Amino acid sequence: MLSVKALFTEYPNERGETVKAAQDVSFEVPEGKLFTLLGPSGCGKTTTLRSIAGLEKPRAGEIAVGGRVVYSSKKGTFIMPNKRNFGMVFQSYAIWPHMNVFQNAAFPLEVGKARMSRQKIEEKVMRVLATVGLDHLADREATKLSGGQQQRLALARALTMEPKLLLLDEPLSNLDAKLRERMRFELKRLQRELKLTTVYVTHDQSEALALSHEIAVMNEGRIVQIGSPRDIYERPQNRFVAEFVGSANFLDATVLGREEQADLYRVQTAIGQMVCFAVEPLKPGDRVVISLRPEDVYMSAQRPETANAYEGVVDAKLFLGEFIEFQIKLAGTLLLARVHPSFSPVVGTTVHVGMNPEKCVAIPDADRRGAA
Amino acid sequence: MSAEGESLAGSAPKPALWQRFDLKWAVIGVSVAIVAYLALVPLVFLLWQSFFTPQTAAKAAEFTLDNYVQAYSSLETVRLFTNSLQFATGTAIFAFLVGTLLAWMNERTNTPFKKLFFALSIIPLIIPGILFVVAWILLGSPKIGIINLVLQNWFGTERVFVNVYSIWGMIWVEGLHYSPMAFLLMTAAFRSMDPAMEESAMMSGANIFQVAWQITLKLSWPAIFATLLILFVRSIESFEVPALLGLPVGIEVFTSSIYRAIHQYPSKIGLASSYAVTLLLITTVGVYFQSRLSSQGNKYSTMTGKGFRPRTIDLGPWRYFAAAIFIVYFLLIVVLPFLVLLWSSFQKFYSVPSMAALQNLTLDAYRFIFSYPTLARSVWNSLLLALGSATVIMLVTSVICWIVVKTKLPGRWLLDNLASLPMVFPGLVLGLSIMIFYLYFDIGIYGTIWIMFAAYITRFLPYGLRYNTTSMLQIHKELEESAEMSGASWATSFRRIILPLLKPGLVAGWIYVVIVSIRELAASILLYSPGTEVVSIVIWELWENGQYVELSALGVLFIIALFILVMLAQYAGKKFGIKEA
Repeated sequence: MLSVKALFTEYPNERGETVKAAQDVSFEVPEGKLFTLLGPSGCGKTTTLRSIAGLEKPRAGEIAVGGRVVYSSKKGTFIMPNKRNFGMVFQSYAIWPHMNVFQNAAFPLEVGKARMSRQKIEEKVMRVLATVGLDHLADREATKLSGGQQQRLALARALTMEPKLLLLDEPLSNLDAKLRERMRFELKRLQRELKLTTVYVTHDQSEALALSHEIAVMNEGRIVQIGSPRDIYERPQNRFVAEFVGSANFLDATVLGREEQADLYRVQTAIGQMVCFAVEPLKPGDRVVISLRPEDVYMSAQRPETANAYEGVVDAKLFLGEFIEFQIKLAGTLLLARVHPSFSPVVGTTVHVGMNPEKCVAIPDADRRGAA
Repeated sequence: MSAEGESLAGSAPKPALWQRFDLKWAVIGVSVAIVAYLALVPLVFLLWQSFFTPQTAAKAAEFTLDNYVQAYSSLETVRLFTNSLQFATGTAIFAFLVGTLLAWMNERTNTPFKKLFFALSIIPLIIPGILFVVAWILLGSPKIGIINLVLQNWFGTERVFVNVYSIWGMIWVEGLHYSPMAFLLMTAAFRSMDPAMEESAMMSGANIFQVAWQITLKLSWPAIFATLLILFVRSIESFEVPALLGLPVGIEVFTSSIYRAIHQYPSKIGLASSYAVTLLLITTVGVYFQSRLSSQGNKYSTMTGKGFRPRTIDLGPWRYFAAAIFIVYFLLIVVLPFLVLLWSSFQKFYSVPSMAALQNLTLDAYRFIFSYPTLARSVWNSLLLALGSATVIMLVTSVICWIVVKTKLPGRWLLDNLASLPMVFPGLVLGLSIMIFYLYFDIGIYGTIWIMFAAYITRFLPYGLRYNTTSMLQIHKELEESAEMSGASWATSFRRIILPLLKPGLVAGWIYVVIVSIRELAASILLYSPGTEVVSIVIWELWENGQYVELSALGVLFIIALFILVMLAQYAGKKFGIKEA
């Protein structure tokens, strides 16, 4: 449905230097799916979204929606944002303070190409306002809405124009934590019900994991991994993704050899030998980094039944309510573990530590490969 | 409309983002052209004129340096320079000291009558310079000044106590007139300072005056310097005080010399131009440093962005003294000038207040004013010019500041500077250069009201730009982008989103330009001709004719009208301000 090919976008900053915002960005979003661009601030995700919207003019590449090319550097095509018919929700919501709720939502229908009768506009707007649960506030001044209501109004405004594509630029980042969690559910429900092809930009990894069909993680203008939320979380392909999405322990390792099971390898690390998982085939002597999520580290009083079992000493401990975080010292290396509060040894205790080989993901070590 | 999308989509790639809309380009082009024409053309012709001999029917203009030689080789010029510097420096320091003391009292102490301080912000708007000077002549002239007569009466001497016809008198009157401006600028500086810095000095054991001197004042140093520069520039380009107080006793400064060079026969336009260029250089340097200071003043980073009010300092019994200072000041700047005009307006011939004079109160002066033939025309002209120029200025600058604030168009800083350029033009210099230009390029507006229209628009363009820019900066760019995403064209989103959101600045700026245009004198005085007089010119003519009581009557009416206008402005500002907040 949406296809972005080899997109490059640059813009000059205040000092006149060229900022390379998006570099060789390519992805496809199938009809009715929610696609997320995830990354830290300054990674080029918003620029990519704004390029799709037409608010930013890319330097090179091609963007097509449903077969209609809206931008192509080769053909010299650039369709104006107001002719693209994409709905967009901005980070600040961009609710117009001089209009009431109804007028805000009706604006796209009033300025659009198709001239509509007053009655038809009203009918459409009220239907959309009902969808987002704002129909009873239609006459209210837009500035009198709460944060969550403004967010829904921004969404309603994007929906009244029946867009071909919905673009969401960090729509939940201005809400407080509780409201954000609720809006997450609502957004997901709406998107799934209306089957809107959606591009979603966020720096919040839990939002991305919760909402998306597919996620592209971006760093320094480039897409570093595309995959389903589970893929991204459980099978990070590089250190950046492992670090940015969730938290992770990293262990430098050297490959010793293959295990009998497919995709499992035996490696040597600072804490001893370990069995790990790798997508790309590895050969003995390869240097890799093992990424291990803190919640995938088990702790127990007895030695666990797994290939990866070690003994360590509790170095520090943080009680965080839903779980306890431990720093465990294993042969001079500190390992972060996140466990249920039911198991709570005191600092200084020797404990057994285990991890499922499937969860120990070997990723190529970009820094060390050159040295090896 | 639909064809436009297709054709744009199919056309060749265009380098810039902004080359998309025809209408957008037309509007931008017209606005840029207006600004460039207004700001640059007079300046260029002023420079040109200062290097040429006058063009006559017999002889074409020739290149010459004579104007500068004549201007710079005489002792006269040295005196002119010294007088100007003395006058401007003295005025700046005097106004600054008074304004800063008042600002500190208002912002940082518990002086009583604080509500009255509010009035300080509107006084300069409601008492035009020329009326303030006339009032002070009635108060402080050696022969007819009430202050002298009263004191002479008390002490039974013939001694002259105060004399406004002197350099110190000029500094006194001009300084008083600009002190509310110093007050406003310094109030802003004190407000933007984090009170924690003063409070921590207090906690370290410093007393009130140590805090005020060592922390408050020293932290405001960039603001102090900027304020002094503004006051200096304003006084060196001011016309009313040098013309009314300086010229009669031969104390000439640049502005009064320019006026005299034009108004002698034959008029020496070249000489006036070379004086004007010199004056322009001085004001340019001043404005340049002042803008540098305001833009890089954050070394002292006293801005916190939070609007919290500091704890006020308890002056104890001294607060009555502070209140007394304030009341005396208030008498000097508003009450006495207004009362003296009011008094004189009810006289048949000007006389000092006394029981005898009280018997002769009459409304003759008002009858004269209402039947004065040029009055109705001048009021009409003033209104027409004020409303017209305010409207044009606000609309043009809204586009200009949209380009400057919202686009990444290369060269937009140039546009910003171009539109701010008239800031450095003293009113008289602007009048002179516009006069010269339309004298040589006769497009039929010389001697009509249109030449004044051009002058007003040029002169007040920077104010409009400032008001609009302040408002424009507060409009998040996403508000406009979301209109674009909704399918609105540039013209639609400018009309339906930008202009309504700009309304607070647009309305406030419009009213401000109306007020300052109605009082404009310095540029008008070289440009008016019979039939195109404005109200301030009528006041000037009455003064020249020695019709003091009639002038007073007109002045009183003028002040009342301006007062009503300013109150309306405050009301409108509050109304629109609250709605957008």
